[in-house]
Amino acid sequence: MILHPAVIANVVASLIVSGALVYAAVYGIQILRRWDLQSGDEYQLVLERRTYLISTILTFACGLELMSLFLYVFTANNLCPLFVGAMCAAGTLNVNPYGYPTLVLKIIGFILAGLWLILNHADNQAYDYPLIKKKYLLLALLVPFSVLETSLQGAFFLNLKANVITSCCGSLFSTEQVKGVGSELAALPIVPMMWTFYCGMGCLMASGIHFYRKGKGGYVYSTMTFVMFGVSIASIISFISIYIYELPTHHCPFCIVMEEYGYIGYALYIPLFGAVVTGMGIGVLMPFQDITSLRGVIPGLIRKLTLTSLTLYAAFMAIVLYKIATSTLVL
Amino acid sequence: MNVRKVFNSGKPSEFSALNGIDLRISANQVTVLVGPSGCGKTTLLTIIGCMARPSAGRVRLGDREITSLPERFLTEIRRSTFGFIFQQPNLIKGLSALENVMLPAYPLGGRRALLKDKAIRSLDALGLAEKALSKVEWLSGGEAQRVAIVRALINDPSVVIADEPTAHLDRTLSHRFLEIVERFKAEGKTVLITSHDPLVYESRVVDRVVKLRDGRLEAEA
Amino acid sequence: MRAWIEKQRYLMDFTLSSLLRRKVKNLSLLLLYTLIVFILASAMFFTDSIKKEASLILHGSPEIIVQKVRAGRHELFPIRQIDRLKTIRGVASVEGRLWGYYFDPDVGANYTFLVPTAGSASVTPHNASTDVVGGEGDESAGAAVPSTEPLYRVNLDTLKSGTAVIGHGMARLRHAGTGDVMAFRAFDGTSMNFRIADTFSSKSELVSADLIVVTEVDFRRLFGIPVDVVTDVVLSVNNPREISTVATKVAKVLPDARPITRDEVLRTYDSIFNWRGGMMLVLLSAAVLAFVIFAWDKASGLSAGEKWEIGVLKAIGWETADIIQMKFWEGAVVSLTAFFTGAIVAYLHVFLLSSVVFEPALKGWSTLYPQFQLTPFVNAAELTTLFVLTVVPYTTATIVPIWRAATLDPDTAMRRVGE
Repeated sequence: MILHPAVIANVVASLIVSGALVYAAVYGIQILRRWDLQSGDEYQLVLERRTYLISTILTFACGLELMSLFLYVFTANNLCPLFVGAMCAAGTLNVNPYGYPTLVLKIIGFILAGLWLILNHADNQAYDYPLIKKKYLLLALLVPFSVLETSLQGAFFLNLKANVITSCCGSLFSTEQVKGVGSELAALPIVPMMWTFYCGMGCLMASGIHFYRKGKGGYVYSTMTFVMFGVSIASIISFISIYIYELPTHHCPFCIVMEEYGYIGYALYIPLFGAVVTGMGIGVLMPFQDITSLRGVIPGLIRKLTLTSLTLYAAFMAIVLYKIATSTLVL
Repeated sequence: MNVRKVFNSGKPSEFSALNGIDLRISANQVTVLVGPSGCGKTTLLTIIGCMARPSAGRVRLGDREITSLPERFLTEIRRSTFGFIFQQPNLIKGLSALENVMLPAYPLGGRRALLKDKAIRSLDALGLAEKALSKVEWLSGGEAQRVAIVRALINDPSVVIADEPTAHLDRTLSHRFLEIVERFKAEGKTVLITSHDPLVYESRVVDRVVKLRDGRLEAEA
Repeated sequence: MRAWIEKQRYLMDFTLSSLLRRKVKNLSLLLLYTLIVFILASAMFFTDSIKKEASLILHGSPEIIVQKVRAGRHELFPIRQIDRLKTIRGVASVEGRLWGYYFDPDVGANYTFLVPTAGSASVTPHNASTDVVGGEGDESAGAAVPSTEPLYRVNLDTLKSGTAVIGHGMARLRHAGTGDVMAFRAFDGTSMNFRIADTFSSKSELVSADLIVVTEVDFRRLFGIPVDVVTDVVLSVNNPREISTVATKVAKVLPDARPITRDEVLRTYDSIFNWRGGMMLVLLSAAVLAFVIFAWDKASGLSAGEKWEIGVLKAIGWETADIIQMKFWEGAVVSLTAFFTGAIVAYLHVFLLSSVVFEPALKGWSTLYPQFQLTPFVNAAELTTLFVLTVVPYTTATIVPIWRAATLDPDTAMRRVGE
């Protein structure tokens, strides 16, 4: 365990997120079991009021999850001087096997919480709570992820031991360094990745615009946003990062959020995360289009989501192209 | 406009404020609910005004069943359909009369300039134009009451609900209030008043008097 | 969208006026909140920037330091072994250094004596951060290694036998200036006088506060060190990637020596300061907790007036979600005000006032404090950490009370005066 302020902040943030989610889920389960809209019973009124509490908590948890995602990367980056061979966050996360799973769970947690909020938003527009059961099932699904994330993160930080000089020997770690953990993530070959990325983005834009205009192919577009999220992350590692660092060998998805690179990473990741949540939200809402009370709500909402995710992807793309165009690196 | 109200049993927790009330309130009329204290007038008003849901029974607004609507929809209906005037002016201290009047429109998010304009015009209509910017605690009782009336009307409700509006007013002010009620009626609004003030229920503007006792309808005058 | 923005503006307006209406109640919360942010921020800014400072300085230090070790204790390094180190591939240069500590019983302070290396006119300052680290025990003092970065230069011509160049900290402590004479007790009990030829610029004070630079001859006489040994040896390596390989080879060539690489020193410094900052936060967590309870209490203990106000708002058409949003803005206004005020005041405190409040706790124990101005250094990671440690707990504590308040019955307003 390294007692660094940022480590404490991470632990606090995760504990709060999962604590809040567990708290919300307990009430969510009560709602699942006792919900009866027809009843004017006192208890039903209490449950209905609780839905406000739960959506407030989820909004808070979703925001905090996003913040903790960045905080986690910051922390990993801050701690890297403590480990032999770690040049940046990528190396720190590799110090023990819990680092990367935690990161992945944080991303999943954020996306699920975002989808929950979209579902909740749709549900709140209808007069008979048509999605209430689905909504709270999703919440129940979200909780294990969050608890697992908190435990993995705990394990990650508890198992961090700095390679410091001890009284008997200074150089022991250094001899191990040759085989030490590498900072670089395995990067996919650049040229095929570029083709995949540009073509994928082209398809995504085309299907999005098609869906927005004609209202057809919603599932295709929604799936595309998800696939392209993965492709975009892989592309950042594979070739976008090297244009930003202007170093053909530095494939790191983390350093770009640091001040050395003008925090450009935020401009890339925030639109990307926003785009995947709104894009996947379309797929989540599509099956409920035919529910009577949602008929007037969902199409408009889906259009808004489509437009938002398209805009965010376009913004992401624009920043990528701008960075590539202004980079001094020529491949 | 047609408000219909069937109500079968009261709140089970403590006492039954209302027991099996079947009431239909016609549009564009002035109806007065009378009865002694504790007879359930206010409870009935809160149910009609979508502030509370009945424990059992059905409430219909026009031809829409609103009993089991979630709170947020009840609120929506409430703010577009009903304007409330309470026993007390219930103005928020520290704010100006104008701001108080604008409050009910805040959640709607309309354009500020338009809203302000409308609020000033409505204040003017009740002779409060020069008081618009003064804080409400500086207003006299009658002025405060009129500000509360303007506030009730800011979202153009079709029904005005007043709970004991004259309880804290003297004779002259009560008469002024009834004049205002008459104006509402002329504008085609439905008015529902609870009162045990003879000045009110004996007034000529009133179309119908409903008597309540122990949570039941008594007889109609 | 437009309506949404307009609505938020209305809600904010209302929030601001309602905050101002309850000045006294909110002011105490705001003050306490700001204080908490200020304390945490000061602790964090201080440790982080001192860490940054140390790492900047160490960056110019030699790649590898080789110490002689016997029975686990640091020993003097025989000069004749230096040539064997020169034969290692990848080593650019090898230099012996002479430095040591001198305890001055009059003022109760430790000084660092240093002999400028022959190779360059620039002086390799011994790190005053030994005292910054303070009390880590004898061995980890090995971490406090002299660096070769020419933070300041000493004109070697002015440094003659019998003269010394001293750091500002010492000059302050002994009330001595250029031209004065300082007396030291040599290893054999005799007294040695040094005339002060010069003092170091105060800019380099973090590393030079306790420093005395003397000639080699004087140094050996003062401490009784034979001519065939030096304190330790520094190696510079051309290719940074080979540092660890070279270190391994050194350990092979001289089995009784321990090579310490620059990275290891950096790591150790980082750990120490991380630990200090963390420890400080753990101690402060009680304060944060107390504050959170206070915030919870404030948020749930609504006065009758506030409850009534919420009841009226709901009665005239505000929805539960509107009240929650309004309360959210209230929290945001309070939190952001406290957060930025606290952070800015802490910034001024640390970087302009040299953290008068926490200095002793964070720098460590020493008689000879370097007086220095930290280079302002704050980044997004620090601010995010601070945010998570202050605003997030506050918000968490207020969610449930806010919801409770927002779900008050709208007919409370009508019920206040009975039927």
